[in-house]
Amino acid sequence: MHNRTIAELADAMARGECSSVELTESALAAIDSASDLNAFVTVTPESALAQARAADDARRRGEAGALTGVPIAHKDIFCTAGVRTSCGSRMLDNFVPPYDAFVVEKLRRAGAVMVGKTNMDEFAMGSSNETSWYGPVRNPWSKDTVPGGSSGGSAAAVAAGLVPATTGTDTGGSIRQPAALTGISGLKPTYGRVSRYGMIAFASSLDQAGPMAATAEDLSIMLTAMAGFDRRDSTCADEPVTDYRAALGNHSLKGLRVGLPREYFNAEGMDAGVATAVQQAIEALREAGAEPREISLPNSGLAVPVYYVIAPAEASSNLSRFDGVRYGHRCAEPRDLEDLYKRSRGEGFGEEVKRRIMVGTYALSAGYYDAYYLKAQQVRRMIRDDFARAFEQVDVIAGPTAPSVAFAIGEKADDPVQMYLSDIFTIAVNLAGLPALSIPAGQSDGLPVGMQLIGNHFDEARLLGAAHGFQQLTDWHKQRPSPEA
Amino acid sequence: MSIDAAEVGQIAHLARLDIGPEDAESHAHNLSGILAFVEQLSAVDTEGVQPLAHPLEMTQRLRPDEVNETNQREAFQSLAPATRDGHYLVPRVIE
Amino acid sequence: MEWEAVIGLELHAQLATNTKIFSGASTAYGAEANTQACAVDLGMPGVLPVLNEKAVRYAVRLGLALDAQVAGRSVFARKNYFYPDLPKGYQISQYEIPVVGPGHLDIDLDDGSRKRIGVTRAHLEEDAGKSLHDGFGTMSGIDLNRAGTPLLEIVSEPDLRSAREAVAYMKKMHSLVRYLGICDGNMQEGSFRCDANVSVRPVGQSEFGTRSELKNLNSFRFVERAINFEIERQIELIEEGGAVIQETRLFDPDRGETRSMRGKEAANDYRYFPDPDLLPLEITPALIDQVREELPELPDARRSRFVTDYGLPDYDAGVVTASREMADYFEAVVSGCGDAKLAANWVMGELAGALNRAGLDIADSPVSAETLAGLLRRISDETISGKIAKEVFEAIWAGEGDADAIIEARGLKQVTDSSAIEAMVDEVIAANPEQLEQYRAGKTKLMGFFVGQVMKASAGKANPQQVNQILKQRLDG
Repeated sequence: MHNRTIAELADAMARGECSSVELTESALAAIDSASDLNAFVTVTPESALAQARAADDARRRGEAGALTGVPIAHKDIFCTAGVRTSCGSRMLDNFVPPYDAFVVEKLRRAGAVMVGKTNMDEFAMGSSNETSWYGPVRNPWSKDTVPGGSSGGSAAAVAAGLVPATTGTDTGGSIRQPAALTGISGLKPTYGRVSRYGMIAFASSLDQAGPMAATAEDLSIMLTAMAGFDRRDSTCADEPVTDYRAALGNHSLKGLRVGLPREYFNAEGMDAGVATAVQQAIEALREAGAEPREISLPNSGLAVPVYYVIAPAEASSNLSRFDGVRYGHRCAEPRDLEDLYKRSRGEGFGEEVKRRIMVGTYALSAGYYDAYYLKAQQVRRMIRDDFARAFEQVDVIAGPTAPSVAFAIGEKADDPVQMYLSDIFTIAVNLAGLPALSIPAGQSDGLPVGMQLIGNHFDEARLLGAAHGFQQLTDWHKQRPSPEA
Repeated sequence: MSIDAAEVGQIAHLARLDIGPEDAESHAHNLSGILAFVEQLSAVDTEGVQPLAHPLEMTQRLRPDEVNETNQREAFQSLAPATRDGHYLVPRVIE
Repeated sequence: MEWEAVIGLELHAQLATNTKIFSGASTAYGAEANTQACAVDLGMPGVLPVLNEKAVRYAVRLGLALDAQVAGRSVFARKNYFYPDLPKGYQISQYEIPVVGPGHLDIDLDDGSRKRIGVTRAHLEEDAGKSLHDGFGTMSGIDLNRAGTPLLEIVSEPDLRSAREAVAYMKKMHSLVRYLGICDGNMQEGSFRCDANVSVRPVGQSEFGTRSELKNLNSFRFVERAINFEIERQIELIEEGGAVIQETRLFDPDRGETRSMRGKEAANDYRYFPDPDLLPLEITPALIDQVREELPELPDARRSRFVTDYGLPDYDAGVVTASREMADYFEAVVSGCGDAKLAANWVMGELAGALNRAGLDIADSPVSAETLAGLLRRISDETISGKIAKEVFEAIWAGEGDADAIIEARGLKQVTDSSAIEAMVDEVIAANPEQLEQYRAGKTKLMGFFVGQVMKASAGKANPQQVNQILKQRLDG
């Protein structure tokens, strides 16, 4: 069962080679034996087996869909009714929501079996999964290195073959960067493609949920189930949902106009090995008939600073609700109201979260609003306009997902700005609300390298088609870490 | 832009975060670094550029004025650190 | 030195929607604590606001009624601060771009003149919950039922020059929101609240003085008392060489004074920014047209119509259109009795007096408009006199039945048989020879005496016009 894709598992179940209960037991056992990865915060064997039995019953009744009986895991940022949802934070260590996130509900309805909740950077703030209250996640390729973040647990779980697919969220690269660092595929859909309802907010105008899996085909199966209109999220787009898997064949690489942003390939601090691997992947695209051409995204260098104003500003406000009054961590014996707030929050939040709350509070405060927040929003428009111009000339934009392969645990922990630069290629996409995915495109020093493909708004089908086309030509997505890494 | 420990204290108060004096220095150092990094935005010419708050320029959808929520007080208050008689409890608010 | 007060009001009208501004929880008043606070109202993690269409329409209604600019595009912002009755740690409000822009409202001054008061803006926002300080020992209890109730904050220009003007403006706005059906106006329940910005300056000076903001003014009377106190306080302070400081002051109705909430809000920095969970609110010309169609007749228009259609004096028209309920009542009485002037006199006189003594609103009047019209018909057709009608009214009020039943039961039908009246007149004249002599000697004022005697003899039932006429014949004859 290990290391097989959703598509393969669904076929196996359809042929009667295995049941969902068997798959689920196998996944639970694998999770247990890989506990050193620390990929899971919560495992839910009982409800998983109940869901698996229900899935097997549905299949017997002839009601099975593409995900029926397939074990998956959710990033612990998605609210799950009756199952602790911590968001990687001490603040929510005791929080058991009475409601499901839209994504959780949709995947359950599609028959997927939730085996547990995956580890993550606290409140999704991090690029290495080191900020989790539950400790760092280890990269299955090399256990001294980080899996990337913030969806590090979800990435590691797929890379280690514990489950074929997981959900993640991406505010500045939190799906794509860990996908790249662990050699899997990960998609951040268009802003508004997937409802944010029940997904604990980090930066509301940037957050977007998406799937993580071994292949583009599996991403397409997951996205078809996750996407859709939801009245409960005002920012959710009322756009028709395609059957993304069925549409994979509609988009061949032949004639695909691929934009290569000059700024991404000349970026400071990019590993030579990463650059080489991505160049070779682009060569492979060209050989398959794609038409790469250089483009320019002149303001892309400003994306990280813009992001580190807007995301903390929104986060500082989004995280005000965690005040120790209605749920979550409350300090012992508060002296007065102010003490209750300050100690509950001081104890409940980790250092990186506090840092970002303070940056955001500062950026929004009187006297600095125009210089920081308003300015950042203006530059945000300039960045979005760069992409709009580029998409007049090309169908997709390609480049490296992250400037380096997985780095050592602890290597960047003391230098926030260096850590923030891990997302230098992914962040602009969130600012512009575009869909983008990362797929395995090679290796450097024995560690996976990811290639990012960026599409125009709501052009997920084309992106997935291109990624699928690439995965027909190459087998980087089939590479797995050796168990004793 | 550089921030000192006293300013860290003011920001932490606005954000209601308890920051120990021993941490104030390191926060000041880190925040100064981050602000210096984002400072590069000030050099950008944004004359006449409209701020962008949402990546998709959609407008607000409206919801019909129909009650669709029921009383779930018990479920919600089972999550609360302190309640009495259906109220959430906090240290006495001085008016 | 002569001083002049400069006053601006911020009125908060709770909108009469069924549900919260951003959630589908009920807004019904008086429910058990926290039973009407859903996940959105409680600020649970991951849940999101969706805007109530009705709240938007109501805001547009007010905008049209104030002849204001309704913004084609307005933005919701977050006002960030920590307080236990504010579950998310921010209030969703409109800051830079409100839904209703500059408009105006005309008020009547005591001298009978009219004054146009500018309305700067009106914006949509969510209400906070309530903190309760009694019954929880060393703790406070938080009830979030009210959290998320839609509010329209209506901000006036500093155009008001006295507490009386401020109250007139507030009353007019109070009447308007009820006319429009967008707010129930219940001040006890906090549906209509007021903050006042007050400053003083020497007469003739054009710059404003430093203002203070008065809070907790939850009745018209408190608004007047608080503003008057504050004006006096500021003048005294300045004349003694002091200076007014910009601050928030709380009105204490027991002591009749305002006191500083010093320091409480000193360091507030609300860090407003556009709420990223909500998109810009677009109000199309089509929606504005739709709302315009739904708009009821506005008070000022109705008042002019009462003058032209019913021939009421402007003052009377103003009184009976002071509230939508009273105007509706009045019109129902007119349609039932056909005499507008008589209807106005009774609605403004007997009925208003009785309601006032009983502390009732016209909507709760024990005498329905139809019943009152029935009584007035009996005056018009001369079944009873106006004087007897007052007696009948009291009986109706006491629940003894309608006018006809009471007239019948009490035998109050007016005597119009002229031979009967002639007999009574003759009797009275015969019994008062002295007065007759004086009358005939020129003391015609005694006419009243004779009328009184006849009316007395008839137990008030004789038709007064006939009594007058016959008496005159006899006395002068």
